[in-house]
Amino acid sequence: MPVYKLNINGKIRSVDVAADTPLLWVLRDHLQLPGTKFGCGIGQCGACTIHYDGVAVRSCVMPVSSVRDAKITTIEGLSENGDHPVQLAWDEVDVAQCGYCQAGQIMTAAALLKKTPKPTLEQVENAMHGNICRCGAYHRIREAVLEAAKKTKP
Amino acid sequence: MSTLQSNTRRDFLKKISLTGGGLMLGFKWFSAHAEMPAILNAADPVVVPAFNSYLSIATDGTVNIFSPNPELGQNIMTSFAQIVAEELDADWTKVRVTQAPLDTQKYERQLTGGSGAIPHSWMRLRKAGASARYLLLNAAAQRWGVPATECTADSGFIIHKPSGKKFSYGELATDAAKIEMPKEVPLKDRKDFKLIGKPIRNIKNKDIATGKPIFGLDYQREGMVHAMVQRPPAFGTKIKSIDSEAVKKQPGIIDVVKFQQNVAIVGRSTWEIMKAKKLLKVEYEKDGNIESTKDHDALFTTLMDAPNATVQRKDGDVAAAFQSAAKIIKNEYQCPFLPHSPLEPMNFFAHVRPDGIELVGPTQTPQRAREAVSKLLGVPEDKITVDITRLGGGFGRRLKFDYVLEAAELSSIIKKPVKVIWSREDDMMGGSYRPAVRYRFEAALDASGNLTGYKLRGVGINAGNNTRQDNFPVGAIPNVLIETVDHVSPITTGAWRAPITNFLAFAEQTFLDEVAEAAGKDPVAFRLELLDKARKSPVGKITYDIERFDTVIRQVAEKAGWGKKPGVFQGFSVYFSHASYVGQVCEVAMKDGKPAVQKIYAVSDCGQVINMSGALQQVRGAVVDGYGHAMFGKLSFKEGKAEQNNFNTYRLIRMKEIPEVDASFVDNGKDPTGLGEPALPPTGGAVANAIYKATGKRLKRQPFLEEPLFAKMQKTEES
Repeated sequence: MPVYKLNINGKIRSVDVAADTPLLWVLRDHLQLPGTKFGCGIGQCGACTIHYDGVAVRSCVMPVSSVRDAKITTIEGLSENGDHPVQLAWDEVDVAQCGYCQAGQIMTAAALLKKTPKPTLEQVENAMHGNICRCGAYHRIREAVLEAAKKTKP
Repeated sequence: MSTLQSNTRRDFLKKISLTGGGLMLGFKWFSAHAEMPAILNAADPVVVPAFNSYLSIATDGTVNIFSPNPELGQNIMTSFAQIVAEELDADWTKVRVTQAPLDTQKYERQLTGGSGAIPHSWMRLRKAGASARYLLLNAAAQRWGVPATECTADSGFIIHKPSGKKFSYGELATDAAKIEMPKEVPLKDRKDFKLIGKPIRNIKNKDIATGKPIFGLDYQREGMVHAMVQRPPAFGTKIKSIDSEAVKKQPGIIDVVKFQQNVAIVGRSTWEIMKAKKLLKVEYEKDGNIESTKDHDALFTTLMDAPNATVQRKDGDVAAAFQSAAKIIKNEYQCPFLPHSPLEPMNFFAHVRPDGIELVGPTQTPQRAREAVSKLLGVPEDKITVDITRLGGGFGRRLKFDYVLEAAELSSIIKKPVKVIWSREDDMMGGSYRPAVRYRFEAALDASGNLTGYKLRGVGINAGNNTRQDNFPVGAIPNVLIETVDHVSPITTGAWRAPITNFLAFAEQTFLDEVAEAAGKDPVAFRLELLDKARKSPVGKITYDIERFDTVIRQVAEKAGWGKKPGVFQGFSVYFSHASYVGQVCEVAMKDGKPAVQKIYAVSDCGQVINMSGALQQVRGAVVDGYGHAMFGKLSFKEGKAEQNNFNTYRLIRMKEIPEVDASFVDNGKDPTGLGEPALPPTGGAVANAIYKATGKRLKRQPFLEEPLFAKMQKTEES
């Protein structure tokens, strides 16, 4: 099997896996980064969202062979001390219920704010619409993204 | 002390008490006969976590609380700790909470289900906190040589009021352990609550927001292998033959194992197994009824008039009431099967060793899971440990332990530690579902519009008693007949958040709206009138509290401005379940000729709210859940096989589809009742009743999206 050198959370990591292995399983099974979650495996729920050169993508449908030298960020690498504005807003607004989808929600929100630091409500809803929260914590997810935008320097 | 030589649990605790400082309280939070806490000491409470349910106070002032019930998003870890910390007058910043493993000797009802954890534990937790506070207070009083009555507790300190001297709980912990426990401890008056009822943030927020490995799916163990299981794809079939040659040749595959009706593929990594599984060839043959949704539709029609119904309740003479009726209203309502769809797929770790079994993972019912594993593998329960991880949702699915049994049986066969994981498709196609049910409601009105007769027949598939025969409006009507018919099917069902009532409430509340209309009465006034009848001349057994019911109805009507908003179409619904009362008003607006659900007001009476932030989340989440599933949720079957198998074909509600939710609570200070479920049942009815006001069309089946009203709109959009 080929060896892939991946740039994950600022570190170069080598993995020896089949070319079609989704990045999700490389992270979870081979690199001990289980913060990125498995929910559906077909890119529908958003639990596996990571950043690919700063853009939110679904790692469950991204083969490791297509990652190349892109900078990958996972929830574990979003901030040094868990103090990214989105993470802080998530605590302040007290978003989580079961919490399983939240890593994916946070990664989607962080990518949105990177591109659009002061999003409108509509932009927030459009960006977050692809992430399922089975507990239905959508009101606070929305509120927390807007709260994080207040903390984000444009 | 002679007891030091004994092996009893209590004595073990005493041994520990001799080793160092700190205060540890062991107590049976869940005992039916709430015992007073035993006192013990420990040098470092963190290293002795598994011997009793307790709160401990370390010499540095850290208060550690073990939370026995599985956490699946109901926020029990925070709420339990709040109750203890309130009576303890602890410094909340020094409170730590740990999930307790299964221990049936220390805990009762170590279960998440039925919205029952807080009601069950409320007094036990308060007494535990209050007892510890008493000991600390007396330890301080003794040290100062002052009467205990001159001392007070505040945020982790005991203060001697006259002198202003104070000791931290950490400083007092060791001495406190030597104080004799009182027979009774006073509990706080609710006006003095500082934590209970307040919006305290989820104690695990940081772990969640930073992706810590707290879920079952994240669990790893040295030497562990992974496995996925191929189960019969259609209900009512069994394995005929297996061809696993191609699978075994795939990289990373360790073994292919058949057990029961399962074929497990064991490998070193998840993706290698998922890939190899596609090459597995299993032939299945018929092993029971092979059923389709269209068969069920026909079956329901037959069962609706079948002679062999089970009578669940009978009051007065229904036949006579209908014979003399001035008006009869009759309607049928139907719902499909639903998968639970917790976002974390089913998974469990098992390690069956010669000397015992280790189980780790997400379960709502660790005790029953262990009993079942013990029975299956013939290993005594005291040789089986169960560690409970955080659950990525449950909704009732993890009240079943089929996936725990799979992991245990597989580990016993391959003699390795194994984690079995399910794909989303496995969960949707092979799980246990909210049963499909059809109801027929009939009402007889006399010439003055009084409801004199009421009939309900529920027919369901593996639904058991699909009614709640002693619930409102029963008790307010002189002649009642409630009966059920159940069809036994190979399609497995189970408890789905607010079992039965998640659909029954919709059917009943939309029907009552129709009856109110036929009687020429306002829906709210009609319900209040019924309650008044139950108050003045109750008929038979009544399970609900009439005054509490009455209050939520009035309160939500007032909050929503019922009947006072021209141009806003409002729908009403109210339901009593899990000992709580929730009234809802839904507001619908017409947009481009289509009804759009704008807002839902929910007033809940669950007695004392423990955590206002968590409580608001439970209500909003339940409303979103109830609305989303009523609107979109449908699992249909063709020849025994689920026709939807992932979120591309099975639709869950998403952010842009949610209504605003205005949630509030009746503040009556009564002992807390359930909140994980009760806000879900009323939602479908409130929405349907509002849509009726807006469109003149009654919704009778779920999902609403397939009702003629919406189907027609979708068709117009497509053309």
